Amino acid sequence: MVNNHQMHTSRNRKWLAAFLCVASLSACQPTAEDGLKKGRTLYYFTWSDYVSPDLIAEFERQASAKVVVDTFSSNEELLAKLQGGATGYDVAAPSDFMVSIMVRQGLLAELALEKIPNATLLAERLQRLPFDPDNRYSIPYLWGTVGIGYDSNVISPPPESWTVLWDPRFKGRISMLNDQREVFGVALRVIGQSLNSRDPTVIGQAKAKLLSQKPLVKTYTSESYDQLLISGEVALAHGWGGAIARAMAERPSIKYVVPKEGGTIWADCLVVLKTSRNKDLAMRFINYLLDPVVAARTTNRLRFASSNRQAKALVDEQLRENPAVYPLDSTFDRLEWMADLGDAIRQYDRAWTELKMQ
Amino acid sequence: MGIFFFIPLLIVLAVSFASRGTDGGVEWTFSLTNYAHLADPLYFRIYGRSIALALATTALCLLLGFPLAYSIARAPIRWQGIWLLLVMIPFWTNFLVRTYAWMFILRTEGLMNTLLINLGVMTQPIELLYSDWAILIGLVYGYLPFMVLPLYAATERLDLSVVEAAWDLYATGWSVFWRVILPLTKPGVIAGCILVFIPSLGAFITPDLLGGAKTMMVGNLIQHEYLVMRDWPLGSAISFSLMALVLLAVMAYFKTDGRLDRLERGV
Amino acid sequence: MNRGRIWLRSASLANLLFLYLPIAVLILFSFNASRLSATWQGGTFRWYLVLVEDQALLAAVHNSLVVAAVSTFLATVLGVSAAVGLERLPAGRRWTVEGALLLPLVIPEVMLGVALLLFFVMIKVPLSLVTVTIGHTVWNVPIVAVIVQARLQKLDSRLVEAALDLGATPWQAFRRVTLPLLTPAIIGAVLMAFTLSLDDFIVTFFTAGPGSTTLPLKVYSMIKSGVSPEINALSAMLVLISMALIGLSLLVQRQRH
Repeated sequence: MVNNHQMHTSRNRKWLAAFLCVASLSACQPTAEDGLKKGRTLYYFTWSDYVSPDLIAEFERQASAKVVVDTFSSNEELLAKLQGGATGYDVAAPSDFMVSIMVRQGLLAELALEKIPNATLLAERLQRLPFDPDNRYSIPYLWGTVGIGYDSNVISPPPESWTVLWDPRFKGRISMLNDQREVFGVALRVIGQSLNSRDPTVIGQAKAKLLSQKPLVKTYTSESYDQLLISGEVALAHGWGGAIARAMAERPSIKYVVPKEGGTIWADCLVVLKTSRNKDLAMRFINYLLDPVVAARTTNRLRFASSNRQAKALVDEQLRENPAVYPLDSTFDRLEWMADLGDAIRQYDRAWTELKMQ
Repeated sequence: MGIFFFIPLLIVLAVSFASRGTDGGVEWTFSLTNYAHLADPLYFRIYGRSIALALATTALCLLLGFPLAYSIARAPIRWQGIWLLLVMIPFWTNFLVRTYAWMFILRTEGLMNTLLINLGVMTQPIELLYSDWAILIGLVYGYLPFMVLPLYAATERLDLSVVEAAWDLYATGWSVFWRVILPLTKPGVIAGCILVFIPSLGAFITPDLLGGAKTMMVGNLIQHEYLVMRDWPLGSAISFSLMALVLLAVMAYFKTDGRLDRLERGV
Repeated sequence: MNRGRIWLRSASLANLLFLYLPIAVLILFSFNASRLSATWQGGTFRWYLVLVEDQALLAAVHNSLVVAAVSTFLATVLGVSAAVGLERLPAGRRWTVEGALLLPLVIPEVMLGVALLLFFVMIKVPLSLVTVTIGHTVWNVPIVAVIVQARLQKLDSRLVEAALDLGATPWQAFRRVTLPLLTPAIIGAVLMAFTLSLDDFIVTFFTAGPGSTTLPLKVYSMIKSGVSPEINALSAMLVLISMALIGLSLLVQRQRH
């Protein structure tokens, strides 16, 4: 502690107190630059929590390089930052549709697949994906589906169709994602259309469908539906499998289903940015993340499926068997990738705003 | 410092006349469509709602903040700093974490309902969260210090003898407040109202998390255009119009106020 | 008179209760065994242990505090000078400058963030903690100015004139007369600027370079996978340390009196 006796006035001391709060918290911290010898540094821009510190430390030892992780919380944030001209990142983890945008924008470097041997271990279902069939720029990393998480104590028999979200018996116990494409995707599926529809009349029909659902919805949220499921405040939640799998761990009566009309499949991919100054290291890092053992550890922690087919056998059995983590084979034909719609997105935007303001 | 401020502003102004690239980003073709877009009646509903909520937030902050700021300003001088710190410390914790705490307090099975039921105030839990009331509570909570600090700054060393004299002259506390204290603290009240009104107009996380995202406020709209639609030009156009609106109101105020001041001083 | 006082006291207490209610809740939840703070699942100290080990998080806290301290200092100096300068302008011209000064307040944060990003890239300044600090300063200057100006308006200009008549240079008059009179406003402005900078997400996100993560950046990106109770633990520690230091300073003060 600084000795207080030297302070002259009481006011000074109060400000000292304020600054001590600051100082005491900051004094014991090593800065990011400490530690590793000055060598190569890899900048990884990814979703928060996507990589655990022990894996990073392991890679740093193996490659004798330093890894700095920065995080974003939406694909659009990632794009905005890169389009704005922020450079310096080496590896990033955009989702499927964003990969195609980034390719068109010339933001990505071609991958040197010979330096990423683990890329050959891609699960069959994830090969030749529409947005980058030859893995020239991207390799799927973690993936999953969007479906319904429900409390099997309340909802029985188990729901088979998205129409359960229109069932007036569950008024006020339904949550929907706060995401225009995903919410419209549900309505489009219910009326038997593709979730990438660009037809204005079809989008209008979907909007009418959603308007009739709105009075039943407790909240549109992409963040807290897992908590709402656990506390029992909602019985039906439209959401990402991984989050619902996390809720299951705390409340076993929660189950997950991809309804029979089908749903969204997504994959977050690993890419190397064109402006990277450490491309070799970047390829090596991607290869490391795709290693079966490393990937399985990631899946066990995050409850998102790994793209590596050998990793699945190494994942905890209960996750392997969990349809919220690894989708059932039978659901695959009903899954659809979300495509970037270009300027047609305006129609969704308009309909979404109308839905909200109604 | 000015350049760090005005040049970015000019960039955004330029962007607001450009158009959205198909992949987001900006295409530099001049057009006024973004501004034409704003006249949409749908958007007017959003503006109206936001202004109403922001006004209510400002009024409530003033109502809550005034007695607090006044008591702090009245406290012995060595206590004042400590009181101010006590007011600010809650805001040194992360905004999201605080908002989550409010969600816990307000939800159906939450603290507030449990408390009210146990006290026998009511028998059935009521839906507090995901309503305009929840948004209002969240906004007032978030922006209360924006009101308290300028009020304190303006109230401190308010001439006590004037207030004492007023107590002797007027019968009720209300008229003392209305005719003496308020006029003396007016600049603080104005500053506080500006500092609360403007950011609550642009709020977007509070309406989403506490309001259940069932409606939109201007803040949501701007955020949506920038970060979901990747339509920076439209986002900029909305922001600019909003800015112009608020600025005109504030400047109009300052202008009339300046004139009144001069009248009062007999200049 | 007395009734008024009692009313004031209870209103202030109610205010403090309102301010600290969510803080109490988050402190409680920092001891919750559940990773998702939906329900109470029993007490644990686990999150505090995790927190102490989490180098990345602590580095982010460090970055946040440095940025907040530096940008608060800069914003205070610039904001106070702006307010004082403004007050010297003739009233007729003042309102235009006043309006211009308020601009950053009125700009939605996301717009300011994008604009600053475009600007820094344009003038080829690499993004780093320095650009974050500049961003926060730009954003905080008008707030400081507005608060300080509110006090300036009710200051008796004759005091400065008297000082000048008595032979003080303008600088001396400012230092010895204006500045002390402004102290409460400056304290308020400093607290405000520090608090806003400490908790800012959007401007920070767009102006931060690789490796310059601050605490809000870390917390916001957790939103999808659930904000870790570790953050509750961190918040609780911050509140308790601040409180303890206030208590300590009070104690020392009492001993000296």
